[in-house]
Amino acid sequence: MTPENNATVRGTAVRRPIEHFVADFEETPLHATDKVKEDHVPLSLWGEAWRNLRKQPLFLISAFLIFVVIVVCLFPGLFSQIDPTSEACQLANSDGGPAGGHPLGYTQQGCDVFARVIYGTRSSVTVGLFTTIGVVIFGGIMGALAGYYGGWVDAVLARINDIFFALPLILGAIVLMQLPVFRTNRNVWSLVLILIIFGWPQIARITRGAVIEVRNADFVTAARSLGVSRFRSLMRHVLPNSLAPIIVVATISLGTFIVAESTLSFLGIGLPPSVMSWGNDIQSAQASLRSNPMPLIYPAIALSITVLSFIMLGDALRDALDPKARKR
Amino acid sequence: MAWYILRRFLQLVPVFLGATLLVYFLVFSLPGDPIVALFGDKPVNEAVAAQLRAQYNLDQPFWIQYLLYLKSIFTFDLGLDFTGREIATVLGEVFPVTARLAVMALIFEAVFGIVFGLIAGLRKGKLFDATVLVASLIVIGIPIFVLGFLLQFFIGVQLGWAKPTVSSAATVQDLILPAMVLGLGSFAYVLRLTRTSVIENMSADYVRTATAKGLSRGRVVRVHILRNSLIPVVTFLGADLGSLMGGAIVTEGIFNVPGVGNRLYRAVTSGEGPTVVSIVTVLVLIYCVSNLLVDLLYAWLDPRIRYDS
Repeated sequence: MTPENNATVRGTAVRRPIEHFVADFEETPLHATDKVKEDHVPLSLWGEAWRNLRKQPLFLISAFLIFVVIVVCLFPGLFSQIDPTSEACQLANSDGGPAGGHPLGYTQQGCDVFARVIYGTRSSVTVGLFTTIGVVIFGGIMGALAGYYGGWVDAVLARINDIFFALPLILGAIVLMQLPVFRTNRNVWSLVLILIIFGWPQIARITRGAVIEVRNADFVTAARSLGVSRFRSLMRHVLPNSLAPIIVVATISLGTFIVAESTLSFLGIGLPPSVMSWGNDIQSAQASLRSNPMPLIYPAIALSITVLSFIMLGDALRDALDPKARKR
Repeated sequence: MAWYILRRFLQLVPVFLGATLLVYFLVFSLPGDPIVALFGDKPVNEAVAAQLRAQYNLDQPFWIQYLLYLKSIFTFDLGLDFTGREIATVLGEVFPVTARLAVMALIFEAVFGIVFGLIAGLRKGKLFDATVLVASLIVIGIPIFVLGFLLQFFIGVQLGWAKPTVSSAATVQDLILPAMVLGLGSFAYVLRLTRTSVIENMSADYVRTATAKGLSRGRVVRVHILRNSLIPVVTFLGADLGSLMGGAIVTEGIFNVPGVGNRLYRAVTSGEGPTVVSIVTVLVLIYCVSNLLVDLLYAWLDPRIRYDS
């Protein structure tokens, strides 16, 4: 029902002039219609998403925060010149409050809390980033093979996926981390490896779903009928078009993996105590929580803000990349 | 329906076998001898080591070990842990505690998640919706051990509204705070899932039909919107029961709950392979059973699922 009809039905009888959008062709030379200028070229999914994202406060805030975190990771020296390693800490400062040049006070060991928060960023983010990269590569391959080839490949991979799903990330990581192999060489890279082993199933499921959705699209059939091989059409046509949901989930899981690292370090079986990380700092501040909660609260805040910004970024990307969600 | 149940059941068998095999392999067959690790820095007493190996069948080839282990699960004869207690008795002590904790957490996240999610979905774009969305994002972003410490410190110690630590009996009253902490993360997911699902269903044809034929708003919301929106939520909750039981390690550590997580953590750090494997097996079993129940509930909520193959 058009608004005009509605108005007459209700009896208010406002007659609006009917608008013509078509010019009389006798008055308009034919070539004029051909000269219509499009104000912009039709955008791709990513172009449109970018236009959308630029206006979203959630995206701008999280992107800014992630930018800051990355700068802190790469150049911690820009933010704090104090040596936060335990050798340089003065026990005389134990549990000291904020003082000049030491805005967040001291830990029980007399280390500068601010410097430790700054220098702890790198290991936490490194674990999150490299785990995500590994998970996307491995889980992506598994999911793409399952979704694209279907049949028995799918059935076998789905069962393997189920098996790993039955073991929660933290549970599996705890069991693995205690094996003699990992107990003796515990560092950022062994932690990344373990988190990849138990973290890939989710990305594999998402990729599988996305690939199945695109697999039967017309452009894939067209490519295949032009003689493109199955593998090539998977790589060139199917995968690039199913990237959106994978990127969204990967962004969010980057946050989850940072949490997993700090949880394991907090439990005392993640990074060794000599490595500075937020999880280790929270763990060591736990003992004096009731007398001096600040050394626990500041790394916790840094951790939460970092994780939150990755989750917010993922949320914003999902909204921007999913046209169906946008209309709602 | 019987066929459906049977099919779902048969699909879980390989998952159970695969997961237990994987854990068994990880604990007992990767490089590094768990029995030697038991001796720590002390020199290895070969006679004791050999006796331990025989007791846990570690002198057999891997496949025989695994089959013997499977047999011990199905005969409930799990053997002794390294301190000489029956593993079955230990499991009988710790599992009820964690089950109570996990069920309380599940009730907490289901009730609050669904109620808040429904209200937020019905008032999409309003102030309540925006507030709840931001709050849930923050809850998801804060790691569970940070939340645990903060709640323990502020609610338990400073305000004294709930007990900050749990007694060895682990009564329902003791577990209120830990259950809240355990359920908070999933609460945010339940809320968001319910909200999205409600918003989707509000514009469905059958809701418009129900409104058009003159049903009251309350009935439309309860019967038509809510029941249909609950389908994905129920799936999530069912799958979550397994991960709540397995993921309680951190929460149990903070609040000193004498449950599965605490025992598992102790077993893992002291290298008690047999206890680790037994606990993880029961957790996998719980995961499988709760998934099966979800499938059945799903088929009951949405009859369409039963019939497609």
